[in-house]
Amino acid sequence: MQALYSAPETLIRTPSHYCPGCGHGIAHRLLAEIIDELGIRGKTIGLAPVGCSVLAYNYLDIDMCEAAHGRPPAIATGIKRVHPDNIVFTYQGDGDLAAIGMAEIVHAASRAENITVIFINNAIYGMTNGQLAPTTLLNQRTTTTPEGRDPLTHGYPIRICELLATLEGASFLARTSLSSPKDVSQTKEALKKGFKTQIEKKGFSLIEVLSPCPVYWRMSPVESLKFIEEKMTQTFPLGVFKDWEKTVSAPGGQATKV
Amino acid sequence: MKSSNNKKHLLTGNEAAAEAAILAGCRHYYGYPITPQNELINHMSIRMPQVGGTFLQAESEIAAIYMAYGGAAAGARVMTSSSGPGISLMQEGISYLAGSELPCVIVNVQRGGPGLGDISPSQADYFQAVKGGGHGDYHNIVLAPASAQEIADLVYDAFDLADRYRNPVMILGDAQLGQMMEPVEFRKTPRTHQTVKRWALTGAEGRARNIVKSFYPVKGELETFNIRLQRKYRAVEQEEVRYEEVNTQGAEIILVAYGTCARICKEAIRRASGTGLQIGLLRPITLWPFPKEPLRRLAKKARAFCVVEMSAGQMVEDVRLAVLDRCPVHFYGRMGGGVPSSREILKKVLNILAPEGTLELEIPEIPTELGKGLYFSTIP
Amino acid sequence: MTEKIILIGYGGQGMMLFGRLLARATMLDGKQVTFFPSYGTEVRGGAACYHLIVSTEEIYSPVVEEADTIIAMNQPSYLKLKNYLKPSSLLFLNSSLVKEVESLNEITTYRIPATEIANELGNVVASNMVMMGAYNTIKNLVPLPLFLECLQSSLRGRKAPLLEVNTLALLRGEEYVKKTYLKGERIFKTSAV
Repeated sequence: MQALYSAPETLIRTPSHYCPGCGHGIAHRLLAEIIDELGIRGKTIGLAPVGCSVLAYNYLDIDMCEAAHGRPPAIATGIKRVHPDNIVFTYQGDGDLAAIGMAEIVHAASRAENITVIFINNAIYGMTNGQLAPTTLLNQRTTTTPEGRDPLTHGYPIRICELLATLEGASFLARTSLSSPKDVSQTKEALKKGFKTQIEKKGFSLIEVLSPCPVYWRMSPVESLKFIEEKMTQTFPLGVFKDWEKTVSAPGGQATKV
Repeated sequence: MKSSNNKKHLLTGNEAAAEAAILAGCRHYYGYPITPQNELINHMSIRMPQVGGTFLQAESEIAAIYMAYGGAAAGARVMTSSSGPGISLMQEGISYLAGSELPCVIVNVQRGGPGLGDISPSQADYFQAVKGGGHGDYHNIVLAPASAQEIADLVYDAFDLADRYRNPVMILGDAQLGQMMEPVEFRKTPRTHQTVKRWALTGAEGRARNIVKSFYPVKGELETFNIRLQRKYRAVEQEEVRYEEVNTQGAEIILVAYGTCARICKEAIRRASGTGLQIGLLRPITLWPFPKEPLRRLAKKARAFCVVEMSAGQMVEDVRLAVLDRCPVHFYGRMGGGVPSSREILKKVLNILAPEGTLELEIPEIPTELGKGLYFSTIP
Repeated sequence: MTEKIILIGYGGQGMMLFGRLLARATMLDGKQVTFFPSYGTEVRGGAACYHLIVSTEEIYSPVVEEADTIIAMNQPSYLKLKNYLKPSSLLFLNSSLVKEVESLNEITTYRIPATEIANELGNVVASNMVMMGAYNTIKNLVPLPLFLECLQSSLRGRKAPLLEVNTLALLRGEEYVKKTYLKGERIFKTSAV
């Protein structure tokens, strides 16, 4: 009998610490599949952030480095400059990347640092019990915006892909989602493209993945997928914002549907 | 600049630090401009490309220390440098370096504080450097050079110490040491050796994966890790204490000072030679580990200690902890960019020896012919 | 032998180059040397003060408390220099820019119109080398050929065209001080002028 499907080798078989319905597990698996498929397990170095995915190194059988909150792009820079032929990626959440680590991500992109960034956007701080994130939607309730995000008090959500698309150093920028099987497979394609960008030394790549957090969105897992499709994509449109292969560049922030 | 020859170069301390780092095998430098350490970052920007290394001006000191962290995690010899305000920004990263047991050399060219302060020489970052600075139970190994030559020598040693103990090493200088030009002779063949770093991140090809981290969420793990760290620190305290003694034999009063202040204390001793005053100096070269034992030994014989610092009194606390109540410990300090003069130090010494002004002694001019009867010994 | 020198002038008047050259030349001559600036925050135009010590023995404190020589290039520096004086100090004033407002009796003073001389040579920036020529003639710290060698090695490439005027300035400073102060090896005290 032929095995048609099995767990990727890079994925460590261990019980998950993520909550039911969380998107991190899917993203980890996609990452592991890509590392297997590209045959880069022995030369890949990953960076785990501070946030729910702080323990990402428990799931991926590769060299990994834990990073201080927001600093994965700086650490990845230091690693990549020592080992330019290794594959270096960061895995960051919205608080890590778009709040405390905003300077590091912008400057890594502007330097065309040849690294791949996986940016999990779930519009909330999960690890610290559901506070406002820089990507929290307007009117979205969090533990620190109990009446909903009011732009007069807490400002507006930050669109990272659109922001970074203005930088010449960014080579591949895409936003995908984990809300349906089709979206999951598009996410995998985008992630693969990000690694390809790096392997071919084309510069900085970032894939923003809209990911569910049913526990702190206070929804069922199914409702949370619907929330991504109906609400999150309104603020964060899916698509490719920059692609070195197709000279797609949308500095104004318009996504191109793939 | 031709580097690895035996000739003397007239260099600022900052340049000496940069060049010595390159000779010690450092090929990755990350920094951010701040006075008074700009000669260091400028020198690196010229020299690193010449030796095939990486020079990168980071977007902040925070990014700089984490780039250095990344380079260290990848197994390379890395350096960063800054001054007061920038070193404060780096403290989180230094704590992570210590927690992840990563070797890294950090140069702090101290300036006056607190806040933006000024760009004059200061020693007010002693607590920050020696007591931890960042969060958690950790220590930097802290080296305090007193000349451009010693900066070069100690930078070599700093890389070795960092690798040997897998720990951040701080070179604690000041604006004067950083910007002052002096003749420097670099070792012809660096005696630095790079250890094999099996723990480094290189890709897990053909071996079990490596993880660099300071996160121990499982109950008990973190305490076990901390116990191991503390054992390492005890070993450093056993093995690595360095200091210099000047004129301590038969001295009535022992000055204790490091870096720039130690040199001014030597000048005070030179001034006093011939007056009958018996003044000695203990100059810590390692501020952590601190030379407690030699101080205890000297406390048995001396009448008093006087600690001289460009601060409100920071190292004096460690001297008092070392000698306890065996001997009185006095303090003379200048703050906010003030540099003590040898005259001021001698006045303080007279005041300690004869508090009621019973001892009238004119402070002599520094003699033109120097160096009569001082004895030196450096404990390596 | 120990010589402690204070150099004061506007940023941009070349005191940095003055000190670096003298330090380098004395180092090559086998002496110990320390040289450090204590600037204001201004890069150009501020009063910059430099401490230079040359010695045949180990230099302990690099801070000059009492100077053997003070070289003052402008009015603000003249007002500052009293901090460093001792009775045996030698004082070199750029008399083109310094107007003496109080008498410093008993201090041996050399008044060199360095800015005027440099202007005559066509480059005001060379006033530092006029002072150097005067200073080194009196103190004889460095053999002139060694000094010229150092000057040459520091004015290379882009700066090479400046070598000629600086060398001339050096010689004019020497000439001026010899003509004015060293007739028959006699040195004029301030009080005698």
